[in-house]
Amino acid sequence: MIRWIATLVIALSTANAAQAQQMVADLSQSRVSITASFAGSHILVFGAVRETAVGPQEPFDVIITVSGPLQPVTVRKKDRVAGIWVNTEEARIDAAPTFYNISTTGPMADILSETADLRHSISTPNAIRAVGLTEDVSEADAFTEALIRIRRADGTYTEDEGGVTLIGQTLFRTDIELPSNIVEGTYLARIFMIRDQRVVATFTDVLGVQKVGLERWIYTLAQEQAALYGLLSLTIAIAAGWGASATFRYIRGS
Amino acid sequence: MQIYLPIAEVSVNAFMLLGLGGMVGVLSGMFGVGGGFLMTPLLFFIGIPPAVAVATEANQIVASSFSGVLAHWRRKTVDIRMGMVLQVGGLIGAALGVLVFNFLKSMGQVDLLIRLSYVVFLGIVGSLMFVESLGALRRSRAAAGPRKPVRRQRNWVHTWPLKMRFRTSGLYISVIPPILVGMAVGVLAAIMGVGGGFIMVPAMIYILGMPTKVVVGTSLFQIILVTAFTTMLHATTNHTVDMALAVLLLVGGVVGAQIGTQIGTKLKAEQLRVLLAALVLLVCGKLAGDLLLEPTELYSIGTSGGHG
Repeated sequence: MIRWIATLVIALSTANAAQAQQMVADLSQSRVSITASFAGSHILVFGAVRETAVGPQEPFDVIITVSGPLQPVTVRKKDRVAGIWVNTEEARIDAAPTFYNISTTGPMADILSETADLRHSISTPNAIRAVGLTEDVSEADAFTEALIRIRRADGTYTEDEGGVTLIGQTLFRTDIELPSNIVEGTYLARIFMIRDQRVVATFTDVLGVQKVGLERWIYTLAQEQAALYGLLSLTIAIAAGWGASATFRYIRGS
Repeated sequence: MQIYLPIAEVSVNAFMLLGLGGMVGVLSGMFGVGGGFLMTPLLFFIGIPPAVAVATEANQIVASSFSGVLAHWRRKTVDIRMGMVLQVGGLIGAALGVLVFNFLKSMGQVDLLIRLSYVVFLGIVGSLMFVESLGALRRSRAAAGPRKPVRRQRNWVHTWPLKMRFRTSGLYISVIPPILVGMAVGVLAAIMGVGGGFIMVPAMIYILGMPTKVVVGTSLFQIILVTAFTTMLHATTNHTVDMALAVLLLVGGVVGAQIGTQIGTKLKAEQLRVLLAALVLLVCGKLAGDLLLEPTELYSIGTSGGHG
């Protein structure tokens, strides 16, 4: 890894100076394989910054976000009707990431302005595009908040303020935990360099999360050969039922 | 040992699933219920998406019921003829149930109606059976020695046409009531995503007047066919049957069902009925509580569109 960083630094120093600062970054792995024993994974995001302007520079901050594939979700709210709790209102959110992690070098409120947050969709609420909320829902924000609250509780949305470590004034790194309940797809890592609460440089990278081996085989079969898959499931069930019965009979018989 | 489920897309403890399967399997073998009405809520609880839980549960019930029915088969306590007649009704009912389900879905609130019907059915069935079997238990204790039961009343069931002889059950009744019972259970099975044993068993005892010993095996026999049909339906339309989850549950389930069948033969019919009634009431109470008490999280997430 040290060699990788060294390569990055060299790449930086030879890069063309169009801006006052440049940034490169990489992930410790570009693919995560979901196997049958998959119990979460962890990836390292690291990179380096080079200042091209002459003279001493003000310190900077780094925000790293990793976002899972987007999916539409429906958030429902329960209310008491005639003594029982039922779903009364619902809001459809067109695109919410299935996984979202933010790591920063400091408190989000201090290092990033609201304008910059809105523009780059960095914080969790902004990353959820709530444009498609249905009209008849009175409190759209409450639904987005509920979505974030529920997903934080199950570990798919995380915020780690102070999780990014700066080494000197050049290198940065953070560890990101992928929980075991992540879904397949392309994950997007975005790295923002922040100065004076504004984004001065960005870098993006992708991470492929894929089922492999048996997981892949079962999933593909279920999707593409549904009838065969159903019959196979039933055959397993019948065979297991018969097997257990025969075994028990044998045990008792002997 | 954590295992990642390919369709459910969550990672769960394999031993916990084996244990759950085993527990529900014991009940299944003892009472002739598929155990779906217990297992499905349990799977929700450990974080399996509801659609996957319902579909996979159907597959698992096939296995545990098959394991259970073989044990009954050898004891000749399966009334195949009755099972087939119930099945005819069951398939018609299941088809109707799917229609009703889709209709409710288009109106929203399908979730609430499922829960309400659970509470109502479990409540009625459970309390009726509990009172009746407690009474029977007391009578059998009071009477010294096994007194011959009073000759079964000839209720309305026995006056209908199209009579058929069910030798294993010792019945000579019209085929219309079993078909109706099968239909009713089929509708419920399709809506609630369960085999329907918890309704089928009492219906066989109290409406059809079948002997309790035969009821369990026959109910299991009938459940296998209904749940196999349901599994295929879910697998081909929603792609929500999780094979890995099913295998773990059914390994526990089939073993449990064997043990349950053994326990079942050692208990008296009345005791068995009291226990089943208590169990049904317990689940009913839990579901009613969920509806009546204020939930800690008022909001819930449903992934719409696509699979999963």
